[in-house]
Amino acid sequence: MTTTSATNGTPFQFSDAALAEVKALMQKFPEGKHKSAILRVLHIAQDENNGWLSRAALDQVAETMQLSPIEVYEVATFYSMYNLEPVGKYVLEFCHTGPCAIEGAERMVAYTQQKLGIKTGETTEDGMFTIKEVECLGACGYAPMMQVGIYYHEHLNEAKIDQFLEDCRAGKIDKGSWKMH
Amino acid sequence: MGRKLLLEHAQVEGIRSYEVYRKQGGYRSVEKALKTMSPDGVLEEVKKSGLRGRGGAGFPTGMKWSFLAKPEGVPRYLLCNADESEPGTFKDRYLMEKIPHLLIEGMIVSSFALGANTSYIYIRGEYSWIVFILEKAIQEAYANGWLGKNILGSGYDLDLYVSPGAGAYICGEETALIESLEGKRGNPRVKPPFPAVKGLWQSPTVVNNVETIAAVVPIVNEGGDEYAKIGIGKSTGTKLISAGGNINRPGVYEIELGVPVEEFIYSDEYCGGMKNGKKLKACVPGGSSVPILPHFLINRTANGEQRLMTYESLSDGGFATGSMLGSGGFIVYDEDQCIVRNTWNFARFYRHESCGQCSPCREGTGWMEKVLWRMENGQGKMSDIDMLVDIAKKIEGNTICPLGDAAAWPVAAAIRHFREEFEWHVNEPKACMERNYGLVREPVAV
Repeated sequence: MTTTSATNGTPFQFSDAALAEVKALMQKFPEGKHKSAILRVLHIAQDENNGWLSRAALDQVAETMQLSPIEVYEVATFYSMYNLEPVGKYVLEFCHTGPCAIEGAERMVAYTQQKLGIKTGETTEDGMFTIKEVECLGACGYAPMMQVGIYYHEHLNEAKIDQFLEDCRAGKIDKGSWKMH
Repeated sequence: MGRKLLLEHAQVEGIRSYEVYRKQGGYRSVEKALKTMSPDGVLEEVKKSGLRGRGGAGFPTGMKWSFLAKPEGVPRYLLCNADESEPGTFKDRYLMEKIPHLLIEGMIVSSFALGANTSYIYIRGEYSWIVFILEKAIQEAYANGWLGKNILGSGYDLDLYVSPGAGAYICGEETALIESLEGKRGNPRVKPPFPAVKGLWQSPTVVNNVETIAAVVPIVNEGGDEYAKIGIGKSTGTKLISAGGNINRPGVYEIELGVPVEEFIYSDEYCGGMKNGKKLKACVPGGSSVPILPHFLINRTANGEQRLMTYESLSDGGFATGSMLGSGGFIVYDEDQCIVRNTWNFARFYRHESCGQCSPCREGTGWMEKVLWRMENGQGKMSDIDMLVDIAKKIEGNTICPLGDAAAWPVAAAIRHFREEFEWHVNEPKACMERNYGLVREPVAV
């Protein structure tokens, strides 16, 4: 199988801390059932690879978990939280479903698109921001909202988005991580 | 004001921590069950309580538990379904975030009743920060002797883990959840065999919603009969309702089943009425998949009876004039909302979330989305309306899991009650791009 250099990515290795965590996660399941840890391991790999899963990262997950690569690929391509292309430092994931839509999600997305000069699915040239639109995140009473990293940002409006983007640029936004706990 | 069995202490400062939770009476049900009851004794209380699955299906929990196969020497598993993803629903998130030990406590007592020695909480991946809240609570429970080997000297062992998903509504379907927890794509399994016989790793498994498991705590503490005194008929106990849309006070409310829908929408104790004094146009009372109701069928049934927040009353009239309590994802629409657009929005959701195994769902959800989109954008034809009904009919019942039904019902119901608004979209293609239709007329009885 040939892949472009963009999707293949640069070589990937887990950090020592992450590797220890991966091994511990595999222990949470009965002997021979460690494959069950794969979803969380992929979250960690994505965190360790600038927010996306390259071919190299997927292959490393397969090797570390002693799975065949296809077992990892088929999972990585099924779930919407895994990015299979490079993304910006801050991935703004706007919920656009039902209750968020009637509370102005479309307006928030359009405003952010215009402000950053990118469409949904694109990344700003400076590599800072990617806009994603996602399905219901379970924040319907606090709409409109977006997820960035492991946290939710709710009751959005234009001013809050302005402030948020500014805070990102100033390095004041904590995205959290799947591996720091 | 109604009784609160789950969220009574949710506002107590520091309730997320073990010490405060314990001080408020936490873990009493574990003491009671492990020291004074047998596993079957706990099951009996759950049966007596009349508790029904709080994830959406409303299946009696005690009956589900009693189906669990118990072959010798084979492990059994309890899985908590925390994959809350049904649009309009955010109640489990609230419970886990505010009062995580309640879920842990419920998992211990329920696992004891089922004879499970290893249990998992499968939580949607997007609730990432809650994964860490739950894991901290689990650590505290281990440290204080509520989890691990020989709990309270009873000889009962339990290990409890949290396992996150990664973005897939379908994993809320119990066999898809099991597949996902096994580290695979979330493709639902063909049933039978049911999970009660062959579930996680082919072992007998029970999958219960977060709120269902939490409700076992007050049931054990107060007894099933006491719990069953709350509510009306077969709708016993309390229910968490997550309210959103064009209301003054969106949020999560614990209600005693039986509260009138009108009171729930207009009382300041709950939704606080319509935002900006607008008129009520429609309501989806139980998550995006249940039938939408037009304004004249929300507070009263077709027979003119007061509509109540119960499984029975919300479904009174069947799908012709009723809906479902479902997950308790309560979405309220005012007169400015466009039903066609909302239906398209939901159709897009189901198209995105279809796992793709069954052709009627994989293809049908995409067709419905496209037809609704062209209608919303002034490109619709009159024949599209019946075509949508036809597609919905051909999906419903023809898939191996209920996602097909969940995708079909909102489209069918929107056309059933709002056909004149769909027709208006076809007849007034320009107007429908610029403004909304407003309220539909109540049909005149003949």
